Amino acid sequence: MNELNQKTARDNILARLRNNRMTQSASPAPYLPSYGWSQAEKIQRLSERMQAVRGEVHRMPRTDWVGWLNQELPKRKLHNILLGETANAELFRAQADAALTLHRYDRVIEDWKQDLFKQVDVGITDTLGGIAESGSLILWPTPQEPRLLSLVPPVHIALLEADKIVDNFAQAMHQQHWSEHMPTNALLISGPSKTADIEQTLAYGIHGPKQLIVLILE
Amino acid sequence: MKPPERVYFFGTCLIDMLYPKAGLAGMQLLRQAGIKVIYPKDQTCCGQPAFNSGYRDEALSVARSLIKCFPQNIPVVVPSGSCAGMIKQHWAELFADQVDAEAAAEIASRTYELTQFLVDVLDLKLKDLGKPVKIAVHTSCSARREMGVAEHIESLLGQLDAVELVQQERKAECCGFGGTFAIKQADISGAMVQDKTTSLRATGAERVISQDCGCLMNIGGAFDKQAQDKGKGPVTQHIAEFLWERTHASN
Amino acid sequence: MHQTEAFHQRIDKALHNEQARTSFRSTMSGLMQKRAAQFPDNDELQALRDQARAIRAHALTRQPELLEQLEQKLTANGIRVHWAETAQQANEIIYQILHAADAKTLVKGKSMVSEETELNHYLEQRNIEVLESDLGEFIIQLAHEPPSHIVAPAIHKNVKQVAELFHQFFPELGYTENIDELTLLARQILRDKFANADAGISGVNFAVAETGTLCLVENEGNGRLSTTAPRLHIAITGIEKVVAKLSDIPPLLNILTKSATGQPITTYFNMISRPRQPDEKDGPQAVHLVLLDNQRSSIRMDEELLDTLRCIRCGACINHCPVYVQVGGHAYGTVYPGPIGCVLEPQRLGLEKTGILTSACTMCGACAEVCPVRIPLPKLINRLRAESVNAARSEAHINGKGSLRKLTESQAWAIWRLLYASPRNYRLFRWFATRLRGLTPTRLGAWTRYRSSIKPAPRSLQELAQQEGFDHE
Repeated sequence: MNELNQKTARDNILARLRNNRMTQSASPAPYLPSYGWSQAEKIQRLSERMQAVRGEVHRMPRTDWVGWLNQELPKRKLHNILLGETANAELFRAQADAALTLHRYDRVIEDWKQDLFKQVDVGITDTLGGIAESGSLILWPTPQEPRLLSLVPPVHIALLEADKIVDNFAQAMHQQHWSEHMPTNALLISGPSKTADIEQTLAYGIHGPKQLIVLILE
Repeated sequence: MKPPERVYFFGTCLIDMLYPKAGLAGMQLLRQAGIKVIYPKDQTCCGQPAFNSGYRDEALSVARSLIKCFPQNIPVVVPSGSCAGMIKQHWAELFADQVDAEAAAEIASRTYELTQFLVDVLDLKLKDLGKPVKIAVHTSCSARREMGVAEHIESLLGQLDAVELVQQERKAECCGFGGTFAIKQADISGAMVQDKTTSLRATGAERVISQDCGCLMNIGGAFDKQAQDKGKGPVTQHIAEFLWERTHASN
Repeated sequence: MHQTEAFHQRIDKALHNEQARTSFRSTMSGLMQKRAAQFPDNDELQALRDQARAIRAHALTRQPELLEQLEQKLTANGIRVHWAETAQQANEIIYQILHAADAKTLVKGKSMVSEETELNHYLEQRNIEVLESDLGEFIIQLAHEPPSHIVAPAIHKNVKQVAELFHQFFPELGYTENIDELTLLARQILRDKFANADAGISGVNFAVAETGTLCLVENEGNGRLSTTAPRLHIAITGIEKVVAKLSDIPPLLNILTKSATGQPITTYFNMISRPRQPDEKDGPQAVHLVLLDNQRSSIRMDEELLDTLRCIRCGACINHCPVYVQVGGHAYGTVYPGPIGCVLEPQRLGLEKTGILTSACTMCGACAEVCPVRIPLPKLINRLRAESVNAARSEAHINGKGSLRKLTESQAWAIWRLLYASPRNYRLFRWFATRLRGLTPTRLGAWTRYRSSIKPAPRSLQELAQQEGFDHE
């Protein structure tokens, strides 16, 4: 279809849509439920939801996560670690266990796509916050923390600051004024990749990360 | 609402010719409760069969003749969820833009499904005079979803001391009747009633009770048809007939 | 072959497929239970349904403005917008985009709209390799079958059939009937494809006019991969998917995933507003949205039938349909099966082609009871039945009005009217029917295939009432 035909298609569709005088339907009422959960309740709820879909959740003081990773990653035989270029990534880089091989997501994907798909065990990212009701992480990938970092590696480790957990999605959108500055890509992640396409039986790790490890920093 | 002195009884075309005892039992229950029951002799049908088949003009002519049967401002009691549902939920659409739309709406506003009337209006108290019996209930989809009276039949049965109510699997699933559906999609309907009768047989109930004779005709007919292979199934019976049998004094 | 005959053949085939029927029964029971468990508080559920309904209804009334706003926002964000009136146009547009970008291989996320346009077939004929990446879609692509459910496309197959299929196509990977292992096999097979595909194609669950955002709901991560890993992303969606505001999304997402699969939320909720920006390191360099009409604007012209367009494709009506559970999706012979299919497809494809679907309904109302946006499905099916037997009853823009009217049937209803609209005729008919009940045939066509015959009572209720002393006025 050429440009002209497409313009015709557009005009035809819009003309048909304008052709009928519909009864106007009232604007929906604002939807902004608030549950008034305490931080402890929100952490509890998020953890339960996350664990119900085989997400792994660990709570720790905010100073401890580097140490935790240094201990856990080698133990789990996860050696190839992909990091972005955030402050947390630099912090980890500075203190990482020598047994770990650290990769830096500092090039455009076209330069190393095959390596990303084949050679990385773990991607570590920050999060913008968490949603207690549904057990979700909020991620807004950035140039410092690109989109595939939380998607291609078989294990995704996410750092979540406890005071950034909100009751529900509507609240997150409202408080963070999403509609004023939507990023290229915004994500809610609620567990590791899963499918139920064979006999409605849940199986994990179909395309995205097989494991999601959430470190709640308090 | 204060119980009225008189009511109209709309027996429905199915009950009039095929299950008159169910209709009569409904009228007797009402009379026993002290209500004067009027059975208008010109009544025929609410129009549902044609309406559900897409033949709305035909449905309208028939429904229109029914309107004339209920002139006084007293309740119209219907021993069928689907016919009551037709009047209450679909007449507005059927009569839309017609001269008698208002008359149809007025009748719809005072129409009750029988168990709804017995429970909500009469708050009927029952005393069980019968022998112990195990029953299952099939609530028609129209009673359940159009009339919202699924609980009424069970609250009536719950008053009967010697009646044990057993639950079948997938209770809320349609039995596959659906009026002309049973003819037009006979094989699907057959598969559905097969599943329904299987789950009802599995309960070990002696009787299957419903508010709708359409469902009973389907389920009971299937039990009969299966009798050779699977043995005689439970007896199917309309709720009015069952209640009358269990509660009236001469029994 | 006439549509009625073809439909009955498909039903016959479906009812004889015991394996598939067992799958449908167990899957639908499971999905119904899981959905119910997500809504423990009925008042909250009803309030959420009201909310979702209001959002969708409002978006439909403002559809032309919202589509223009969406186009303007997306364009400003760097996403190219294309308009297609027909399936053919949509396919042409997509092919041209791929061709211009020299894209030869593509991975697809799940998209029912692309099933409508038969996009895969169109592209494959033009030597483009198309790979479905949703596990269910991947399975049926290998089997050359259409989806049997809009949310669970391969649910008619059991694990053994999937195992055999995988073994047939990928013998080097070994045979397994373990679902976890099969899942990992699929991961292995598709990983390479994601890493090497030139383009990704996806559907869209909601398109937000306010911000120019495309929202995708999924569990597997194939949707994210298809829209992030290749250099080109093309999204295709129906024009009705537009909603006004970003704040409309949380309630819709909430009720969508709970209604569809009984999940509080899916693993991924992916919101795309731009192609890769100059400082960003991944994501597609170009993103396109194809807006497909394909009869939707005509459906919207009828004040009653436009409710069809509120649908958010959760599949809850299908999961709760007692007809679907018996025959499964293939029996319908259309892209969308179940109650929403019985309503949408005859409007989309014409009553002369698929009007018979409206007969595959008992009017039980189970679908309308669970629809998250309160589409009155039985009412719409009933309306379409009326349209299908009457060429001139309304001004609705549907093809094939009156095409299912048969002389025998219309005559039967004319006789019925003659008998039942006149109390005098009815009394006469009843007298004969009750008095001559001995002559009732023991076989009544299709009815007695599964049930015993019906016989009038010896005396009518009217006579019994009179006998028992009831007044008649």
